[in-house]
Amino acid sequence: MADSPPAIATHNPDLQHHFATMEQQTEAAVMGMWVFLITEIMFFGGMFAGYMIYRFMYYQAWLEGSQHMDFWWGTINTVVLLCSSLTMAAAVRATQLGLRKSTVTLLGITILFGLAFLGIKAIEYYGHIVTDHQFPGPGFRFEGANPSQVEMFFSFYFAMTGFHALHMLIGVGLVAFIAYHAWKGRYGAHYYTPVENVGLYWHFVDIIWIYLYPLFYLISHIHRK
Amino acid sequence: MSAHIPTKKFLVTVWVSLICLTVLTAAVSYLELGPFNIVLALVIATCKMLLVALFFMGVKYISDKMTIVVIVAGLFWLFILLALSMTDYVSRPWV
Repeated sequence: MADSPPAIATHNPDLQHHFATMEQQTEAAVMGMWVFLITEIMFFGGMFAGYMIYRFMYYQAWLEGSQHMDFWWGTINTVVLLCSSLTMAAAVRATQLGLRKSTVTLLGITILFGLAFLGIKAIEYYGHIVTDHQFPGPGFRFEGANPSQVEMFFSFYFAMTGFHALHMLIGVGLVAFIAYHAWKGRYGAHYYTPVENVGLYWHFVDIIWIYLYPLFYLISHIHRK
Repeated sequence: MSAHIPTKKFLVTVWVSLICLTVLTAAVSYLELGPFNIVLALVIATCKMLLVALFFMGVKYISDKMTIVVIVAGLFWLFILLALSMTDYVSRPWV
């Protein structure tokens, strides 16, 4: 009577009923993640376009502003983020191989690198806002030519690095969520799509910084700090 | 999609390349190249972006063509935004 279809016996518990195979489910999930990342490109793209137009119009002020970036903290933060991308990529690899402990450890190190990045960013913000009065608005101070144009440079600086830092904060939360479930043994060689997709998000946020670093820190050959 | 699993050594090689490019871009930023400081920095940044996208994000190993279409469409949209916006601002003094 209760003849169950043979497929049930080999059914992967992580396969949703509306997908035919695990391959199809993974492909759909990864493509969906890429569609989301494209909307992120659009979000940041608007700010990059605005940056480019003002950089074209306020050429000299952009050089002035760039000379007041913390060159060394920016460079160190770039290295920190690249390290976090390595540990993230290694975490995805460890999950694919079903190495539970390595996955959790690598995700933990990724979180630490992410927090280190945010800490360094906070040091930079403190210097710009409290010490140097460079936050755009009534309190903005700048000794030199075209202070209002330099103020615009700092508006872009705070908007773009601020939204990047917000993405980092969300990323740290996502990695922590994934690390918890990895620790619980939720993922393995049979199912690792969430780890893969959080990895894609993390690397994407890294790529945004790869462009923010030269655009803010490297446009002038003079580094005052 | 048959999963591609990179070796540890390969991931570390990509990371070492990224660090070397970062040191390079920081070092050449001290050269006085005028407007070409940013050109050089962006060329190096694009190399780094490609390393991260192709190998860490695994774009090189995506077998689903529709995903590639999504990525290329997104980058093409970004190109339209940046390039066509600039045609306006660059050509204003010509009138």
